[in-house]
Amino acid sequence: MTTTSSALSRRSFIKGSALAGGGLLLSFNWLASCKLTPEEARALPKEWFQVNGFLKIGDNGMVTIMSPNPEGGQNVKTSMPMIVAEELDVDWDKVIVEQAPLDTEAFSFQFLGGSQAIRRGWNGLRTAGASARQMLREAAAQAWNVPVGEIETSSGTLHHKGSGKSAGYGEFASAAAQLPVPESVALKDITDFKIIGTSQKNVDAKKIVTGQPLFGMDTQEEGMLLAMIIHPPAFGMKLKSFDASKAKTMPGIRDVFKVKVLEDDYVRQHFDTCTFLEVVAVVGESTWDVMNAKKAVEVSWEPFEAYSEERVPYGGPAMTLNIPAGLENSEDHRQSMEEMAMKGATVARRDGDPEAAFRGADKVLERTYTAPFLAHNCMEPMNFYAHVTNESALLKGPLQKPELTEHALSERLGMPIENIDIQMTRLGGGYGRRSYAHWLIEAALISREVNAPVKLVYSREDDMTGGIYRSTYHATYRAALDKDNNLIGFHVKAGGIPESPLYANRFPAGAVENYLAESWTINSNITIGSFRAPRSNFMAGVEQSFLDELAELAGKDPIAFRLELLERAKNDPVGERNDYDPERYAVVLELVREKSQWKDGPSQDKRGVSAYFCHNSYAAHVLDLAVDNGRPMVQKVTCAIDCGIVVNPDAAQNLAEGGIVDGIGNALYGELTFKDGVPMKKNFDTYRMIRMTEAPKQIEIHFVENQIDPTGLGEPMFPPIFAALANALYQQTGKRQYDQPFTI
Amino acid sequence: MANFNLNINGKSHTVDVDPSTPMLWVLRDHLNLVGTKYGCGIAQCGACTVHLDGTATRSCMLTVSMVGNSEITTIEGLSENGDHPVQKAWLEVDVPQCGYCQAGQIMTASALLQKNPNPSDEEIEMAMNGNICRCGTYIRIKKAVKLAAESNT
Repeated sequence: MTTTSSALSRRSFIKGSALAGGGLLLSFNWLASCKLTPEEARALPKEWFQVNGFLKIGDNGMVTIMSPNPEGGQNVKTSMPMIVAEELDVDWDKVIVEQAPLDTEAFSFQFLGGSQAIRRGWNGLRTAGASARQMLREAAAQAWNVPVGEIETSSGTLHHKGSGKSAGYGEFASAAAQLPVPESVALKDITDFKIIGTSQKNVDAKKIVTGQPLFGMDTQEEGMLLAMIIHPPAFGMKLKSFDASKAKTMPGIRDVFKVKVLEDDYVRQHFDTCTFLEVVAVVGESTWDVMNAKKAVEVSWEPFEAYSEERVPYGGPAMTLNIPAGLENSEDHRQSMEEMAMKGATVARRDGDPEAAFRGADKVLERTYTAPFLAHNCMEPMNFYAHVTNESALLKGPLQKPELTEHALSERLGMPIENIDIQMTRLGGGYGRRSYAHWLIEAALISREVNAPVKLVYSREDDMTGGIYRSTYHATYRAALDKDNNLIGFHVKAGGIPESPLYANRFPAGAVENYLAESWTINSNITIGSFRAPRSNFMAGVEQSFLDELAELAGKDPIAFRLELLERAKNDPVGERNDYDPERYAVVLELVREKSQWKDGPSQDKRGVSAYFCHNSYAAHVLDLAVDNGRPMVQKVTCAIDCGIVVNPDAAQNLAEGGIVDGIGNALYGELTFKDGVPMKKNFDTYRMIRMTEAPKQIEIHFVENQIDPTGLGEPMFPPIFAALANALYQQTGKRQYDQPFTI
Repeated sequence: MANFNLNINGKSHTVDVDPSTPMLWVLRDHLNLVGTKYGCGIAQCGACTVHLDGTATRSCMLTVSMVGNSEITTIEGLSENGDHPVQKAWLEVDVPQCGYCQAGQIMTASALLQKNPNPSDEEIEMAMNGNICRCGTYIRIKKAVKLAAESNT
């Protein structure tokens, strides 16, 4: 049994109070109990160190757990309350789960992204459940006049063996609310878990399959108008003028006007990326009216001048971003990346003497990889409801990082944060895109202008051509082998437009004596943002493809080759900043080797392997491939994951399956190119998404069983599958894949 | 603008809209039946799938003037209590992740099983191929369709 402290020096972690109408209300802050490094803690906004969860126990024994996090398909709305219920010791089927509204007064760390929800919530959620249980035991002990240590609980009931007394939680909920929150509580032994580790169904599933309103797009309010925007057709262009005289006379149209999304002197925070600073808003009574009127607005655009913008990145000092003028082309991007890769770059890490290692090498392998810009393409297009008056602002819709958007909105409206209420709906997909909520500000400004509640909806085309993409990337890998095929030198030089994907301290850093990692970037006016497993989603695929080719050159089995390197990193690590645990890394490789019945050997039969560590979890895949009439058919993916304790195994499996399918789709089809600044794909007729016939026929997920606190799962499956597919394609076709999307 | 009498989920509705209005927006904006989703507007993603006289149809390309006396069924009208075999199978397999595309998936699947109660894997794949699931729940969708087919026989 472990004991956790509920009173941290930073700020009080749990608050107890009486529930109106009787019962106990516990509000808690799980972030405060997280094991954050000082750097991580400093990087977090102050407001996050507040209260951020609710647990209500009514006089009738009804237990309600407010799930504070945005739900975008990772199933946290189910799995986070499961953790509370476990320590509270109630039956899961008696728990009601509600989505907490965004309330930065009461909640904090409502954040979807970075595979962080369960990892960061773990201790806090457990402690909250255990504290409530402890308070109920105290209340019962006082009433029954027995020592608290003699009171046991099970299934939401308090028992005292000696006296034979027994009562439901509801009977003591009001009394418990009068007691102080315990300073420390005992947590369950992991082996005593009854709910955690069992598969529980998605609490919203019934509403989803019956079509009940859950999503931002479904918002309907009294007097609500519909709005859409017209944004520049090309990156590098801005609004010059517009003529809405015809559109304004069309049926159902209320108004057409310009919206300036952010003020020029606003110092942007990390998630304040906004592609088009001025857009035209069209407001009317129905979506179809507005869609038609949009076509009738005559808009002139003009190229913008180069400019720079102050930006305060996530947890870092302010920096200046230089946004170049011009209408960019993918062909030019490719050429400029090739040129840049030949020039000197910023050294991110250097171990030993890489140059000497390459000079003395018996064999050298050098390969270059590229990947295009990608659009997120959430199935629910960007949208938000806003009702802004002079006094207050109510906003409702899907977004990933509400608190980080609130600041920008407050500044733009000139309205104090306490007058702003942002409520969350379910997200029809996020994948990083909904962290950048410029559309929320647009909705608020439109509502203020027309003095009415408004739902802003992006068309699919507005969404896909609106920027905030995954960067385009480029990486050159070089490896030096000695005459015994030992890896003696490794060099990675990676960059992108406009972001570098490099992670300098990841595998095989630490496993090679002479190592060099370099990074470069090229500015662009095409905007980018987080995309499922940012940067890892490129680096994993290319690193693991390169290692596969390197293993072949060394005449070694690809899994054995990786394990050999991990053994070196474990026994005699090079450098001190290695960003992975070689033992856990090796375990997933060994598990996937066993479960896929991998046959050792330098040549594999139509299958590829890959492994990666990111978002605090380890994943390894073996992918079996067939080619049917020139079309790759993934027969089976065997996957091993170490994400610590698995809270809700079937839901975790679902998420892992999805990450694999998403990765295969993006590897085969994902691509957005540009001509004169214009995105060349606007909708799903040209932007190809993976469909059922192209999905793997079978996916087998194996979780490493351990007692390590849970880590991320939304992202770690995704990056390495690119390489498992590339390596299998090579075994099948004899052709290596250096450029995404892959071609046969 | 014109008046249209529509038969939706067994009930009669009258709407006064432009004849070019897609049924998707009639359902969502005028009748507050928001289970039918907007995904692409060009019949490429399947999120807006409804039944038109029992046939899976993309409501984003079906104008209100084309409907006539045909019967439209939306996800809200597929069953009274969410207990259509396909809905039950979806719950049993716990298919959804974000859930946005699932109403369209269910409408396509239920129309398939109406016409072909015992489809092969290939027939399921072909029927469902017009419905995109961005979260990648295809394996579970296929499993749920098969489960629904089994429970029907």
